[in-house]
Amino acid sequence: MQGSISLSFSTPAISRSDPARFLVAGVGVTPEGVSFSRLQGQALRFCVRKFAGVGRSPHLVSSRKLCKKTLAAVTDNGSTGKGFDYDLVIIGAGVGGHGAALHAVEKGLKTAIIEGDVIGGTCVNRGCVPSKALLAVSGRMHELQSEDHLKSMGLQVLNHSYDRQGVADHANNLASKIRSNLTNSLKALGVDILTGVGTIVGTQKVKYGKVGTVDKEVTAKDILIATGSVPFVPNGIEVDGKTVFTSDQALKLEWVPEWIAIVGSGYIGLEFSDVYTALGSEVTFVEALDQLMPGFDPEIGKLAQRILINPRKIDFHTGVFAKKITPAREGKPVQIELIDAKTKEPKDMLEVDAALIATGRAPFTKGLGLESVNVTTQRGFVPVDERMQVIDTNGNPVPHLYCIGDANGKMMLAHAASAQGISVIETICGKVHVLNHLSIPAACFTHPEISMVGLTEPQAREKAEKEGFEVFVAKTSFKANTKALAENEGEGLAKLIYRPDNGEILGVHILGLHAADLIHEASNAIAMGTRIQDIKFAVHAHPTLSEVLDELFKAAKVTAGISRSVDEPVAV
Amino acid sequence: MAGALQLHLGSSFLPSSSHLKLRRRIFAATAPLRRHPTESKIREIFMPALSSTMTEGKIVSWVKSEGDKLSKGESVVVVESDKADMDVETFYDGYLAAIMVDEGGIATVGSAIALLAETEEEIPLAKSKASSSSSAHPEEASSPPVSPQESAIATEASPPRPGKADLTLASSAHPASDAGRRIVATPYAKKLARDLKVELQSVVGTGPMGRIVAKDVEAATDGAASVAITAPITSATKAVADSTPKVPVELGSVVPFTAMQGAVSRNMVESLAAPTFRVGYTITTNSLDELYKKIKSKGVTMTALLAKATAMALTKHPVINCSCRDGKSFTYNSSINIAVAVAIDGGLITPVLQEADKVDIYSLSRKWKELVDKARAKQLQPLEYNSGTFTLSNLGMFGVDRFDAILPPGTGAIMAVGAAQPTVVATKDGRIGVKNQMQVNVTADHRIIYGADLAAFLQTLAKIIEDPKDLTF
Repeated sequence: MQGSISLSFSTPAISRSDPARFLVAGVGVTPEGVSFSRLQGQALRFCVRKFAGVGRSPHLVSSRKLCKKTLAAVTDNGSTGKGFDYDLVIIGAGVGGHGAALHAVEKGLKTAIIEGDVIGGTCVNRGCVPSKALLAVSGRMHELQSEDHLKSMGLQVLNHSYDRQGVADHANNLASKIRSNLTNSLKALGVDILTGVGTIVGTQKVKYGKVGTVDKEVTAKDILIATGSVPFVPNGIEVDGKTVFTSDQALKLEWVPEWIAIVGSGYIGLEFSDVYTALGSEVTFVEALDQLMPGFDPEIGKLAQRILINPRKIDFHTGVFAKKITPAREGKPVQIELIDAKTKEPKDMLEVDAALIATGRAPFTKGLGLESVNVTTQRGFVPVDERMQVIDTNGNPVPHLYCIGDANGKMMLAHAASAQGISVIETICGKVHVLNHLSIPAACFTHPEISMVGLTEPQAREKAEKEGFEVFVAKTSFKANTKALAENEGEGLAKLIYRPDNGEILGVHILGLHAADLIHEASNAIAMGTRIQDIKFAVHAHPTLSEVLDELFKAAKVTAGISRSVDEPVAV
Repeated sequence: MAGALQLHLGSSFLPSSSHLKLRRRIFAATAPLRRHPTESKIREIFMPALSSTMTEGKIVSWVKSEGDKLSKGESVVVVESDKADMDVETFYDGYLAAIMVDEGGIATVGSAIALLAETEEEIPLAKSKASSSSSAHPEEASSPPVSPQESAIATEASPPRPGKADLTLASSAHPASDAGRRIVATPYAKKLARDLKVELQSVVGTGPMGRIVAKDVEAATDGAASVAITAPITSATKAVADSTPKVPVELGSVVPFTAMQGAVSRNMVESLAAPTFRVGYTITTNSLDELYKKIKSKGVTMTALLAKATAMALTKHPVINCSCRDGKSFTYNSSINIAVAVAIDGGLITPVLQEADKVDIYSLSRKWKELVDKARAKQLQPLEYNSGTFTLSNLGMFGVDRFDAILPPGTGAIMAVGAAQPTVVATKDGRIGVKNQMQVNVTADHRIIYGADLAAFLQTLAKIIEDPKDLTF
């Protein structure tokens, strides 16, 4: 699905205005024959994707047929049966809602998306996307700052500095670009964008509107909640947006404090520590649990601390809560009162220039009108079953109402929301689908990156104990990888947690150069149920970083034999 | 000579460095454990050889902290070799008494990185051993040698310690510290303080709201070093006025030693264990000065010339290159490694010119330059500052004409070099002339080196310097 999204990102302008070039793309539709109506534009795009998936020119004819079919299906959707305005109304146009909308259209559903803020949601506007822009800068800064590293490759950089506004603009421009791509792709697909705050007013009925306008009501066969989340700010912390702020404001990079406290050492906090240290700030972590990076596999967390924390201008307080944070005012710095997380005794007091609150995210589900369908949120999260169908107060599924993404809290990641959305569309189209969350990878874009999929070692061992199987761990170091050494980036570790009896991959954790890109071989294997004894025969180009995973698979000791191999041997 | 020497000193010997340096190397060289039978239950933990090609290892992290109880087989430390990071386990039960190489430090394979005490009672003993046997911290300057007269001065006059007292006063008043109850220091400042062994209580914060920032810590180490070195200068020259701290100390107060001052104190006391004596000699340097002028353009430095001359003299008097490790025997060192004291950014270190007798003067000069650069960048490897067998110390740049150095424990002799000065002398033909002369003064361990040995050595050295053609091969 992601593949298709990016495809449409890169081509929307071309496909709508430049038929000749579109032809070149190999679709085989003559320019004269195309009228660039919205619907056809969208049908064409399907062709592109399917075509790409199906094969090369010999299949041109069949792909044309496919086009026609799709076109027909889409045209049919112009009118929904049974008296509904839409087949599907999605509340929230973040990555989850967008992914669901794309898949819904592909499945021939007449779809509308309600957005009260900006298209793209948190990820695109205040999350993953702008932060990647900042991290792209910080990666280069860290490289430039590491003179030894450069010197050992024979490079000499005499001077380096950055322009804060330039960095901030880069992040902002990236967000706008992705936002307009997203908006265009929705429009191009013929998804109706309804502006306003969506509220459920009853079964299959949603109203939406902005302050000061009259609310409109629409009906839909199915409703999908994808309202996402907002930064969570614990009680006692006063956010002024200037010296005490959340990721929302930090991403605008309005200033670079000399000393910033980051409350919370999860993904968000860690990524920001990478950014801020690159830009010259000193960082103090405040973590409530006894260990930094509590969500990570302990071994990876330990190594991450050695690579990402200890050598940098970072210190930390663990096992403490920030009980009270007062923004800087009247010539006083930001003040942070720390108390022991267990005994609640006052522990310490920090005086810093700024504080970033990265204590996680809270679901954004207020005012959704869930009470009208007898649903109570749990700590704000919308309760759902394994198919993302919303569950009411009595524990029964609410018909025609689904919730995906941060709002249900199952796995608060943009791509998880998107995957859940696709799963829901499959289900409402009659093909019940249950998403395997253990196959969803996660990544933290520090330098080097951290990525993971499946269980951590302690989780795997616990499960093994319960279910009575054995767990083995294979590890490999980036120091053993030629490409990593060529880049002079040998720091890093990859570990594979697996069952030796049947070769099942339980989890993979990577810390090292481009770890976020490397994880997908493992996550795909988990999603497809590929076993180690099979995948170890797959070939990796040499020298590449992907050989880190190759090494892992080859290092695994599986007792089971090869379960399946290439269907037919191909002689060359 | 004087002119040339001074010139040279100005560039690579920072003033005020002089002897502080000598000490630290010395302590690294001591192997105290074996000397004291009572400490047999204190074991050294060595840097293990994790691979066949590994020559040194970096301490990635200490899994245990000082004072932790260890059981056999438990991992104590994570070591990074040229190939991988590995956990290192202990072979004995006991307590981790003292960590000698901190996280991030590098130690050669086989060198001690920590001490393991068998019982809890032995921890303090082991700790004191560890602190006197020093380790991989060239920059910490924790053991500056102070010669007897210097220390006398230091104790008599309280002003030489003022840096510290003053700082304490100042810090208690700075705004971020909540009237001295709290220390506000940035993460990097704290890290630096840990690495440089600076007590944050004694640092004045000059950052925003009076917080302690990295440069304050750096300034404090400079301060500490200058406090330590002012003593010798006081005894010698005009520099006194400038370097005597102007800040008033609170009269009548008792100011405790900082960690560094404590280490100095311990080492000074330990040096009393060696019965030393001194022999001086006046050497004419006109020929050496001329030679220097001639080959200066080829990158030759005066330090290298002096080291080379000393090394050549030592080849003829191996006993001066000896050390007395146990009070019962001579340890004849297989190579002649000349350690030379240098001040770096307020820190003190003794880069070692290894096998100075065998290396030609040009290579030796290049090596010296490299060592000084490395020392400035704090990148000296342990072997490059703790393998000296004979030490040179020079205060000539202050106009000091003669002084006397304390023998670094673990070595046999140290030579204090004064300034070369034009002197009126009676020449052999009965006339009066002016020659450049410098005085050298060697302190040696009389258990192994006797007066006649030193005298003979000095005579050889004088011959080499006065007729220096052999220095260039």
